[in-house]
Amino acid sequence: MRALLAILLSCLALSAAAVIETYDFADEQQRERYQRFVEELRCPKCQNQNLEGSNSPIASDLRRELHRLISEGHSDADIQQFMLDRYGDFILYRPRLTARTLALWGLPLLLLVIGGLTWWVQLRRGAASREPLSPPPLSAEEQQRIERLLSENRDD
Amino acid sequence: MARLKLFIPLIIFAVLALMFYGVERQVERGEYSPTALPSALVDKPLPEFRLPVLESDGWLSRSELLGQTLLLNVWATWCPTCHFEHPFLLELARRGEVALFGINYKDDADKARVWLAEKGNPYTATLVDADGRLGLDLGVTGAPETYVIDPKGVVRLRYQGALDERVWREQFLPLLQKIREEQG
Repeated sequence: MRALLAILLSCLALSAAAVIETYDFADEQQRERYQRFVEELRCPKCQNQNLEGSNSPIASDLRRELHRLISEGHSDADIQQFMLDRYGDFILYRPRLTARTLALWGLPLLLLVIGGLTWWVQLRRGAASREPLSPPPLSAEEQQRIERLLSENRDD
Repeated sequence: MARLKLFIPLIIFAVLALMFYGVERQVERGEYSPTALPSALVDKPLPEFRLPVLESDGWLSRSELLGQTLLLNVWATWCPTCHFEHPFLLELARRGEVALFGINYKDDADKARVWLAEKGNPYTATLVDADGRLGLDLGVTGAPETYVIDPKGVVRLRYQGALDERVWREQFLPLLQKIREEQG
């Protein structure tokens, strides 16, 4: 049992060490920028993996380019443009706000508004439908009729 | 009316199922591929390069290739689909309709020479892009890929995957015709 557990655990360790490149940076800030880019750029060959998580040759090429661009002192905007020129909007996990991506950014907001309105309308309707629960008091005539019916039944 | 409301989930399901079936059919017929990316380079100039030639000791640069309509075919010996595509490239070379250049992408040059010697060489010349730098500038995501470059050096089409007769007839021939007409 313990041996099995050890084997299973070592499998975990193997997959965790999938990407094993080390790049040297001049300072900690550059390393952080690199880290942010590899997390937010999508591997063009993969359907849904960032550069950090992918073993594909293209992802490792892009990491190498990223390291070069950062080391040469290019700005974040330059680097983003470099990637966009080659791979288009696909490469950005955080899409830019353009005419084409307007629906993407706007739809959640629109849905939130619709949801809020629906909730508000339901709330209003609920309040309106609760009112008839306390019926208006009976008139004298109705009261007499009830008593008559009750007394008739008692006689049977 | 309240009864009809009960059917809304079923209707939504049916619409979605129909939609997914439609997409699946398109994938099967090869009209749509979820992995194909729109190229950012279409209608943009071919990037600059100067690379060694696989078949000789020479070098080739961007400006030396321009002035003709050409195909750039990205290939490598590690790429299984390239094996599959190769006979059609030989056929294209035999027809001689358009100049065909190769880009040997992230490959071992010796292995690549053996490949061409064994299978036949369809290319006018093959550029050696050992570290994938030109591939990166082109936005290559894998091999094979084929680019159509017009005589002015503008990228007109990027095709991902193996070329075959059907793709050639449907996507390449009409474009080559159009480029010819533009040249007058």
